[in-house]
Order: sequence, then structure tokens, then C-alpha cells
Amino acid sequence: MDFLIFKAPMLMVQASLDGILLGILFALIAYGMALQWGVMNIINIAQGDLVILGGYIAYTMYLAGIHPAWGVVVSPIIMFFVGWALYKLVINKVVDRDLFISILATFGIAIVFQQLMNFIFGADVVVAQSEYGTTMIFDNSVTLPNSKIFSAFISVLYAVALVVYMKKSRLGRAIRATAQNARAAKILGVDTEKVYAATFGINAALCGIAGALISITLTLHPYVGLPYTVRSFMIVIVAGLGNLPAVALSGMGLGLFEEFADYILGTEFRIGAVFMLLVFILVYRRFKLSKKREYLK
Amino acid sequence: MNKLVKLFTIFISAITLTLASISSSFAKVEGDYIVLGSAISLTGKYSSNGVHTQNGYNMAVDRINKMGGVKVGGKSYKFEIIYYDDESNPKRAAQLAERLIKQDGVHYMLGPYSSGLTKAIAPVTEKYKIPMVEANGASRSLFTKGYKYLFAVLSPANQYLEVAIDLAVEKNGGKPVRIAQAFEQDAFSQDVRLGILDAAKRTGSEIIIDDKLPKELNDMAATLAKVKATKPDVLVVSGHTKGALTAIRQISEMKVDVPMLAMTHCDAAKLSKQHGKKSEYALCASQWHKNLSYKDKFFGSGKKYDKDFKKEFGYAPPYQSAESSAALLVFKDAFERANSFDRDKVRDALKTTEMQTFYGNIKFGPGGQNVAKPMILFQVRCKGDTCENKVVAPTKWASDKFYHPIPKWSERS
Repeated sequence: MDFLIFKAPMLMVQASLDGILLGILFALIAYGMALQWGVMNIINIAQGDLVILGGYIAYTMYLAGIHPAWGVVVSPIIMFFVGWALYKLVINKVVDRDLFISILATFGIAIVFQQLMNFIFGADVVVAQSEYGTTMIFDNSVTLPNSKIFSAFISVLYAVALVVYMKKSRLGRAIRATAQNARAAKILGVDTEKVYAATFGINAALCGIAGALISITLTLHPYVGLPYTVRSFMIVIVAGLGNLPAVALSGMGLGLFEEFADYILGTEFRIGAVFMLLVFILVYRRFKLSKKREYLK
Repeated sequence: MNKLVKLFTIFISAITLTLASISSSFAKVEGDYIVLGSAISLTGKYSSNGVHTQNGYNMAVDRINKMGGVKVGGKSYKFEIIYYDDESNPKRAAQLAERLIKQDGVHYMLGPYSSGLTKAIAPVTEKYKIPMVEANGASRSLFTKGYKYLFAVLSPANQYLEVAIDLAVEKNGGKPVRIAQAFEQDAFSQDVRLGILDAAKRTGSEIIIDDKLPKELNDMAATLAKVKATKPDVLVVSGHTKGALTAIRQISEMKVDVPMLAMTHCDAAKLSKQHGKKSEYALCASQWHKNLSYKDKFFGSGKKYDKDFKKEFGYAPPYQSAESSAALLVFKDAFERANSFDRDKVRDALKTTEMQTFYGNIKFGPGGQNVAKPMILFQVRCKGDTCENKVVAPTKWASDKFYHPIPKWSERS
């Protein structure tokens, strides 16, 4: 098979833009995951399900006749409280335990969320219509759905706002302090319990935004949360914790890589290719770490 | 003394064995009721179609019971179904099938929803020699395993879109066409793909794009960009409801112009409702449509079934419900022809089924698939903002003319 993509340069542009736009959206979800992973040392398996729940909030608005794009405002507010409540109910009991317990707990939450969403919203695949139209460039040979551009723009907007908030605000500083050293922060008067709850809430809010964007760009279904969890997990693994530019870059990079893998290896290998890359990166990291360790000896 | 004990034991065990064999060949009939069993997805990812299936079964049970029930040996019996929720999980479905057979003593089964779950249950029913009439497992592999107790009222998956390719060739003046196709990597969609490969071979058509979509995939942009660049005559997509919804969303967003678009699961995805005008001209494979002219004495015509179902359940019946109702008509017919509750006699009667139901003609091939009923194709057509599915093929039942080629996006309002 000769590669179509090298024969048609416009396909290259199309693939790159598709990959980058979607990558930015995934980076937003991954940033939430990195944040709470860094602060609370919890890997949230329910991340994708929070995203889908956020999507359903936007979808419900759409059904009620409100434009689903308003979901990016309403959904994070509701999801913040969902996250907060989740922390108070479950997460606070596992936050100091080892990683395995927290993975189990959040896995349980994921199942409960899936069934609840299935119960409330039904098992049908649904979409919300934004009617944003399409931007066509290069004489119609490259098409960009405006909904994807919108979602990338909103993702960037919220990510920047969050970074500023973390730098400037009192709570933001408290969160960063807790991330660096929870015990020391506690001694210096930071209410770490509140910080944890807020962090989990912020993460859920980010998921809510991403979900609302997914409702107008992709599809919603109670059981499609896991791929989003896996994707954000990969992005965080590649980027490391608490480093927004790296998360954004790795999100876009993975998006790009996936698109190109689709053209070159075939659609059936696109997810496989990403996992291969992940294995490669993990091995490479280990290799680099083991080199570093030699200095310590 | 010892001899006497031995004799006694032999005597007792002989009685038990006889009893066991009688009960196993004549149960499970309790009083006036013939008890059927079904594991069905009431929760989990197939729950909406699982409920459609259950509603279809229940509707037929009520109707048959009201209209005199099943006459066996001069006596009239009623149907009753034991349901268990399989949580959309194949392992659970197989366990529940075992439970229905071994604990509840069910001797006749109705199928679950989806090919995957039917595949999980079939080995169990086969092992215990339990006749199963199923209405929602279309995967070709179900009918190539040599199962003897499995009967499907629906057309196998490979037939879903074969007709579409013939139609494309016909519209192309009998000349071969260039096909682009994208199929999810699951048993059902891959069977649909095999059907297309057969049709392509038969018509000498060329497949220029053959993408296999991963199950987790919710983005088809790459496939569609390829379609845009290669300009095929027909685009075929099958990936359950998610695939259908994603395809229409992205085809409209990326302004992909193809003369013909053929898909599966359009009605399950409520395509014309969810995507409205964007889904116009999509061609969809369906097992059944209310406008078909089949008839039976229980439900009357398809249109009457549609009306009665709406009255009972408050929504229009998808084909999943219609075919499920048909499964019970098949069982009734088989019991009456066998005139017995002996499983093997019922099975033999099922094997020689040849009947018409409101859902279509039913006759089972050697693998258990229904060979008497063709698939139909409908096309989404819109008037103003309301879109409807119109039957366009086969010509015998076509209510509307097949619109071809699809107008370019730049010409669509």
C-alpha cells in the first residue's frame, strides 16, 4: 500500500489540524488529572466518567432548548460541587492510603457513575448540535469544524485562567504548597482537607468543561468514559505532573501521532500505535532514570 | 439381605432416572403455562435495545395468550417468560442461561440482545439441547458453527448492506463502482464487511479504502479525509449507533461529498431525529419496516403492529422489537406443529418452519438463519425540518424512489 498522505499534501495539513485540535481538548482533561494526581497522589479512574457526566449536563441543556455551548459555563459549576461531594464522601477516606486503594475506589466510582448515567439518561448514544458550521481553507480541501475550533479555544482559555488562578490566588497557592509538601503546609496553617476537596472539585469542573465540548464535537454514551481516562493518563505519563505546557504539548503530540499513525499504519493500528509509543516512552524514562541513579551511588 | 438392598437401590435409581428423563423431555410446562427463559440486557450498555427486545417479547406473549394461546394435544396453553438481567455482559449471560436451564428448569429459550451475547449463550443451550429462537443475533459466525438448537428469525449480518452495493452498481449503469468502507472491529460489523467484500467481488467493484475502526473510536476524521481525497462512488459505514452518529456528524462538518452513503443502525441511533437534515439521503439497512406488506393473524400488518405497540409502550417500535415479537410466533407455530412438549420434537418442528409473520417470511436454513426474508434499505428523506425513513429497496416494497446521487454539500441548504 502506498501512502495516500504523502501523495496529497493537503491531507497532511488536515491530519495535523485534526490532531492538534482534538489534542488540546484531551490536554484539558489530562491537566485536571495531573493536578489532582500531583496534589493528592490519586489516579482517578473515574476521570472519563466525570467528563461524560459533564457532557450529559450540556446535553440536558440542549434538550431543554438552551444552546449546548453554554454547557462550558454551567457544567463546570455543577461538576465542581459533584467533585467536592465525591471527595467528602469517598476520596477523603483513601487520600492518605496507597495508590492501589485509590485506584480501586475511583474504579468503583466509575462503575457507579456509569450505571447512574445509564439509569438517568438511557443507554443510547447521543449528540448535541451546535450548528456552528465549518471553516474551509485551501480552496475547500481542508475542512475544520467550527465546533472543534471552539472547543480548542475554550480549552486554552480555561487552562490559562486556571494557571493564573493557581499562581495568584490564595487557594491556588495553598494547593501548590500542599502539592509540594502536605505536612509542611499543614503545619503552616493550610487547611489541607479543604485544599484536597477544592482540588478534586476543580478537576471535576475541568472534566465538566471538556464533557460539554465533547457533547458538541464527538458523541456521548454512559460507557465511553474509560478511553478518556486512558488517554489523559497517557498524556500525564508523558508530560509529568504539574507542568501545564508539557501537558498541552504532549496532548497535541499524541493527537498528531495518532492521526499520522492512522494514515501510515492504518486505522486499526491507531490506538495500538499510541500504546506502543507509551511503552517506548516508559522504557526510555526508566533508562534515563537509571542513569541518574548512578550519580547517587 | 445385602441383595435385597442392592435390588432396592437399583429399583429406586431406575425410578428416579425415568422421572428425570420424563421431566427433562416434557418440562417446562407448569399447569397451563409454557415457560420460556431469556437472559436480556436490562442494564448496561445494551439496555435500551434490551428493553426494546423485552417489550417485543412481552407484546407477543400478551397477544398470543389473549388470542387463545398455544394448542398442544387438544389443550390450550399460555406463554410465560422468565427474564434475568445479563447486565450486557456475555459472561453473565452464559451463567444466566445455565441458571435458567439447570435451576429454573426452562426448556425453551428466547435469545438475548446482540450478536455478542447470543454467541455467549448458544454453546450453553446447545450443550443442554435447549431449542432457542433468537431475534437479535445476526452475526454470520452464529450460523457456521453447526448449532442444531439455534434458530434466528432475522437475516444474517453479511446481508445487511450487500443490496446497497448492487444498487450502486445499478445506478452506475451496471459498471463496477469504487467503494470506501469503514467498519468497527466487532463481530457484527466485520460480518457486514464480509458481505460487502462478497458483493464487490461479484460485481467486480474495487475497494479503495478499507478502514477498521477501533471500538473506542469516536472520531472518524482521518477516514473521512481519505474519502474526500479519493472520491469513491459509495461510502459504507458500520459501527453500531456510535458509528452512525459519528459518521453523519463528521461527514456534515467536513463537507464530505459522496454520491451514496450506506450505513447500519440508523434507526437505533435515531439518526433522523438527532441529526435532522444532516442525515438526509443516508441509506440504511433494516430488518423490518412497518410499511412492508407481510401479514399474520396475530398482529395483522406491520402498520397495525406499529400502532398497537405505540399504544402499549408509548414509542414507535424499532425493528428490534418487531423481530422479537416474531420469535414468539415462531415458537407457537412450532409447538402446535410438534403437538408435543418434547424438546427434540419441538426442535424438529422449528427446523421445518415455513410461515409468514407481520415481520416477514420465516424459514430456517441449515445453520439456523432465516433465509426467507430479504433485508430492506431505507433512505432518510426530509420535508422541511422533519425527517423520515422511506423504504427504497427492494423495489417490491419501495414507497419512495431512491435518491441518487446525494447532492453536494455546497448545494444543500
